[in-house]
Amino acid sequence: MTEAVPNRVIYGRTLVELGQGNPRIVVLDADVPKSTNTSQFREAFPDRFFNCGVAEQNMICIAAGFAASGKIAFASTFAVFASMRACEQVRTSVAYPRLNVKIVATNAGLDNAGDGVTHQGIEDLAIMRSIPNLTVLSPSDPVTTRKAVLAIAQREGPAYMRLGRNPSPVLYEENVEFEIGKMIPLRNGDDLAIIATGNMVHQALIAADSLAGQGIQARVLDCHTIKPVDKAAILDAARTTRGIITAEDHNVVGGLGGAVCEVLSELCPARVKRVGLKDCFATSARDYRELLAHFQMDAAAIQAAAYELCGSKSAHIPSRSSARRSTP
Amino acid sequence: MSPDIQKLEIVARRLRRQIIRMVAAAGSGHCGGSLSAIDLLTYLYFCELRVRPEEPQWPDRDRFLLSKGHCAPALYAVLAERGFFPEQKLWTLRGINSSLQGHPDMRKTPGLDMTTGSLGQGFSCGVGMALAAKMDHKPYRVYVMLGDSELQTGLLWEAAMMARQHGLDNLIAIIDNNKLQSDGVTETIVDVEPIAEKWRAFGWETRRINGHDFRQIQAALAESRSANQRPKVIIADTVKGKGVSFMEGVVTWHSGAPNAEQVQAALKELGGDV
Repeated sequence: MTEAVPNRVIYGRTLVELGQGNPRIVVLDADVPKSTNTSQFREAFPDRFFNCGVAEQNMICIAAGFAASGKIAFASTFAVFASMRACEQVRTSVAYPRLNVKIVATNAGLDNAGDGVTHQGIEDLAIMRSIPNLTVLSPSDPVTTRKAVLAIAQREGPAYMRLGRNPSPVLYEENVEFEIGKMIPLRNGDDLAIIATGNMVHQALIAADSLAGQGIQARVLDCHTIKPVDKAAILDAARTTRGIITAEDHNVVGGLGGAVCEVLSELCPARVKRVGLKDCFATSARDYRELLAHFQMDAAAIQAAAYELCGSKSAHIPSRSSARRSTP
Repeated sequence: MSPDIQKLEIVARRLRRQIIRMVAAAGSGHCGGSLSAIDLLTYLYFCELRVRPEEPQWPDRDRFLLSKGHCAPALYAVLAERGFFPEQKLWTLRGINSSLQGHPDMRKTPGLDMTTGSLGQGFSCGVGMALAAKMDHKPYRVYVMLGDSELQTGLLWEAAMMARQHGLDNLIAIIDNNKLQSDGVTETIVDVEPIAEKWRAFGWETRRINGHDFRQIQAALAESRSANQRPKVIIADTVKGKGVSFMEGVVTWHSGAPNAEQVQAALKELGGDV
């Protein structure tokens, strides 16, 4: 059983696992390897690791050069820098020529609470999702993070993956089936569906537990792939429940909520409530959970959205019960 | 082996005619920088680069990246002349689904090693390729052509520092220093001089030549092969629009297609069939 650790630690560990089996793996970082955990790979394979310094644009193009030379290049920094400072390099030198570069960005969302707005990546899903050819992932727990890293390594072509900073509770058994582009159902329910990604999957499960105590059965879907998004799961949720809540540690503009609404508005109009950062910059905080509560992005906020969808006036505060689940 | 200078001059003049015809056929494109770069490109593809037109993906080939990707017409002309694809393709430049896109697309054109054109990025990708060659103990070299105004972009200097850090003596940058950019004279916009001093300060082995003189091009490239842990740069002074009198040194020929009358005049100057 995988222990509750930050997903970035799992990323570093999985890179080492990959490096042992495949000499084509190279890893680049932009002076934050101890934070992204690419340092684990550096220790194991110093000859295949490159710290590019505080030069994210250069790191992405160098990764493209490696990929064009037959390598599988992982490039890591914080989400805010990977998606914005190096955005055009990702677009033109990686995504357009379909090169085998895997951008794995940490400190996504508000998870880097203490550092504040400059280091909180709240737009990366929206930006990366709009770039053609790019697969965009946002796994939720240590088990699926490892599987996601292995999956993008195996799949030819460019990918972007975001990870948080704090320890993530384990939500899955080791044998959970992980497939890029396919949501994982964590809980069944036909009253409403909560489609969550990354850290918010755990919050969604807490909310669903509380809702169940009040007779509201919420389906919880782990949307670990933002692009290509699982249209079938979204349409099924719209057709078999009273409404959909999206939950993401990201701006409500353009990320998971945007992706779900795009599918629904064209194919099956349905009621949607988007839980996330409400198009504003956040702030520093001492504690991540405190920050989620402050910006109404936690389980309580998901629960409140559920009441709006289901017409209940109840203001019951959700319990913080265990969210550990095996997949059905 | 000394190159046949006279033959190179004949080829370069023919390629200049192709550039004029291609850009005219496309209705848009960049004549000025293509004409300033074509002598360098001709020498590279006929005398310097170890490439196999019949096997464009030959793993041990030398790499060439046109970081100043807007001068794609010059590169396409030389690739066709070298046999990477039929000359007929040249007349499809910039057409829908043409294998010859407005800027180089490595997935569409045989013989291209990287998708380039967003200034600064090709050079940085070239650093990655040179690092990969070193890592694999491969003997090939990586050549990157830059424009002088490309030195204004910050990414370029990030990459220059990284190349020096890793002792990439298998990397050769060639600057087509035609001294003009889209909006005017480089010196009056954001001056990039003193170029040589900048590169030297960044730890690069630096040479300066006349980029239209094949003997100087030959000498500079030959001297740039030493395995001394230092990346090499050749600053090639050139004339934008070189070979067509009414385009030489004229900013407005940075981009734009010549009309029928201008095509006739240019081809006549370049000694071609009108």
